[in-house]
Amino acid sequence: MSEMTINLKIWRQKNTTDAGRFEDYLLPGVNEHMSFLEMLDVLNEKLMKEGGDPVEFDHDCREGICGSCNMVINGRAHGPKHQTAACQLHMRNYNDGDTIVIEPPRAASFPVIKDLVVDRSALDRIIEAGGYISVKTGAAPEANLIPVPQEVSNQAFDYATCIGCGACVAACPNSSASLFTGAKLSHLNSLPQGQPEKDKRSIAMVHQMEKEGFGDCSNYAECEAVCPVGISISAIAQMRRDYVKAVF
Amino acid sequence: MNLDPKIPSGPLEEKWKTHLKDVKLVSPNNKRKYSVIVVGTGLAGASAAASLAELGYNVKTFCIQDSARRAHSIAAQGGINAAKNYQNDGDSVWRLFYDTIKGGDYRSREANVYRLAENSNHIIDQAVAQGVPFGREYGGLLDNRSFGGAQVSRTFYSRGQTGQQLLLGAYQAMMKEVHSGKIQNYPRQEMMDLVVVDGKARGIITRDLVSGEIQKWYADAVVLCTGGYGNVFYLSTNAKNSNVTAAWRCHKRGAAFANPCFVQIHPTCIPVSGDYQSKLTLMSESLRNDGRVWVPKKKGDKRKPNEIPEEERYYFLEERYPSFGNLVPRDVASRNAKLVTDDGLGVGETGLAVYLDFRDAIKREGKDVIQAKYGNLFDMYENIADENPYETPMKIFPAVHYTMGGLWVDYNLMSNIPGLFVAGEANFSDHGANRLGASALMQGLSDGYFIIPYTVGNYLADNDFSKVTTDHEAFTEAAETSAKQLDKLLSIQGNKTIIEFHRELGKIMWDKVGISRSKEGLESAISQIRKLREEFWQNVRVPGEAGYYNKYLEYAHRLVDYFELAELMALDAIDRNESCGCHLRDEYQSEEGEAIRNDDDFAYVAAWEYLGVNGKLETKLHKEPLQFEFVEMKQRSYK
Repeated sequence: MSEMTINLKIWRQKNTTDAGRFEDYLLPGVNEHMSFLEMLDVLNEKLMKEGGDPVEFDHDCREGICGSCNMVINGRAHGPKHQTAACQLHMRNYNDGDTIVIEPPRAASFPVIKDLVVDRSALDRIIEAGGYISVKTGAAPEANLIPVPQEVSNQAFDYATCIGCGACVAACPNSSASLFTGAKLSHLNSLPQGQPEKDKRSIAMVHQMEKEGFGDCSNYAECEAVCPVGISISAIAQMRRDYVKAVF
Repeated sequence: MNLDPKIPSGPLEEKWKTHLKDVKLVSPNNKRKYSVIVVGTGLAGASAAASLAELGYNVKTFCIQDSARRAHSIAAQGGINAAKNYQNDGDSVWRLFYDTIKGGDYRSREANVYRLAENSNHIIDQAVAQGVPFGREYGGLLDNRSFGGAQVSRTFYSRGQTGQQLLLGAYQAMMKEVHSGKIQNYPRQEMMDLVVVDGKARGIITRDLVSGEIQKWYADAVVLCTGGYGNVFYLSTNAKNSNVTAAWRCHKRGAAFANPCFVQIHPTCIPVSGDYQSKLTLMSESLRNDGRVWVPKKKGDKRKPNEIPEEERYYFLEERYPSFGNLVPRDVASRNAKLVTDDGLGVGETGLAVYLDFRDAIKREGKDVIQAKYGNLFDMYENIADENPYETPMKIFPAVHYTMGGLWVDYNLMSNIPGLFVAGEANFSDHGANRLGASALMQGLSDGYFIIPYTVGNYLADNDFSKVTTDHEAFTEAAETSAKQLDKLLSIQGNKTIIEFHRELGKIMWDKVGISRSKEGLESAISQIRKLREEFWQNVRVPGEAGYYNKYLEYAHRLVDYFELAELMALDAIDRNESCGCHLRDEYQSEEGEAIRNDDDFAYVAAWEYLGVNGKLETKLHKEPLQFEFVEMKQRSYK
């Protein structure tokens, strides 16, 4: 078991209006089996013992499913490992003496709250605009009355697996939320249950996305590259098709 | 303290139906006059909030996460049970009821558990209608898998992410009502206290986690859906921010806390690797469908697992429990893992692990089939443990996962404080002394979609409400108490960090209030907890200030409540002089290590009343006797 010393450059920002700056920290004793967030825990323990202010970052499940963590590591949302959320990244991916730059996702629609913590409520508002099937509790028919071909169901799942972390927005040069929005539309619009509201949903969610200040998609595909759960950009193509069909 | 469970009379199959006929209704144009607060937006909270809003009540939802969608239900992997009998394997509502009450080792209420089994089928219907992508067969109909403690296949699943998909369904239903204007949604808000006026729950105090502001909210009823308290052990499979604070503050305001010592220790988790470890990761129980659990027969066998020949492997679950094999309930699997490692047969660097081996399943069904079933779990394992489970067996060990105990509720899911309802893992109601796999999602959604909407309505229709505003002195007092506690924590400026205290508390709990417990160990745990709690209040260092985003301050005030809860858990475990389900007292076990229940003296719900903390926790035990009219209490056997 080897121990490493890591040079950290971390974005520190007191609140939304503070200008913010990078600060350097030297962290010895990093174990290769630590997760990336455990490494930050160790840094915070050290800072607090020295009377300093710990680095704030969002985290919760630490299993890659809640979507809380979304830091940008060396310029890449969630760090270097393909299809891996920051909380599932382990320090064995780094070497002794490495410098790691950690910053919040940069997007006008994600204002910084403190340090690495940002406000992603814009994503909730996109769902609120129409990311659901309107079925009231108690009104559902017997589940097996609606067969769904296995491949359709699997495809819907592949889009539904989005964890809402916002890495797609962070990676996009346009700060577009198209992958996030496209994933929810592709999930619901591909199922038989989602058909009645398909047009209304497509228009409402796309318009809300624009209203929140997210940019448009220019097919860079950076979003797909950083998505921790591997959502395909075909979601965006599907969104465009559904939107155009709904509008005309 | 009034602990009448209010179970309707009549035959088991008719109780809920009769109750639904009897509950009072609020007319549609009166519903808009009532307001309901829902705290927590996991499966229970999101489903309750959506359903109450659809009915026309004014709902406010609060959660500590930055989005309601991130509540910890999201992390549930394996599945959700329902008695659909789609597999034609003889399942029924009765069997699901029976398996659940037996699985809980006869320490839950018959009427509640039967209602849970009845509601299970509606949940699947509801989720499918919402677009939850469950696993399907080639013909397009729903597929099932098997889970521990059952001999039928009744578990519905969405790969290894069933909790995520069900929660997103409930969250989306909730956002639909945010859109309609019936729900006002407040994320990044932590409940600090319950406000009780004239004996009724009339509101809550929260802290805005961004601005640090203490806020007051009034309502006609409060529904608490804030999950379990497994993080008292420091290391658990719970999300880092899961906590007992909201429930504990209700307890301090008079709500009874039931069966606090009933903690589920899940058998298949990735073992601890070092002191820096911040949490443990579960590997879904569904893996036990195909994985075989074993250890080497020889002590200290340091050979690689694949080099150990068949005859030198001890498949301890298959040998000890031939009829259920690797699919024994969780408590039995965990206890047996502890027994073999106590005997020195454990594997890995620490000796605190057993193998979960897919070699035979891959040989039998092919790698592709196993990959299709468990691919994401295998990837997760490899990512954390740095070993390929297709080639070498997984190493697993039990970890704290779920808490069956929680706030006491009656059949209406109302606590002993009128107007305070408790749903999901936060209540104690349905799982007795052990929860079966794939039953937590079922309970959360049964409570939220199909019970709370009726029983809250009944309460509102049945009571007169005086006009209360947040200017009432009860609100002022509760808000001041919350603010004072934060100031006190910040003023200590000691030498030890919050995590150092939490880790120490967790170790006491794991060693002495964990998989097995003894009177002696529990007594020493209590004195250690008291000592550590005292030291905490003298020597903890909490950074920063209360007036802005400060995660370590949140953490510190949650730890305050864990310190009190920990003592109650140990007291409850001492009081229960028997072994049942997860609760194994060393003094009450057979020679083979099986739990020995004492139904004559302990067939009751232990409901504790909070009296204060003065060096020690002052508390009073009340008992709700459990009556079994429809099933016979038997010694549980999975042999």
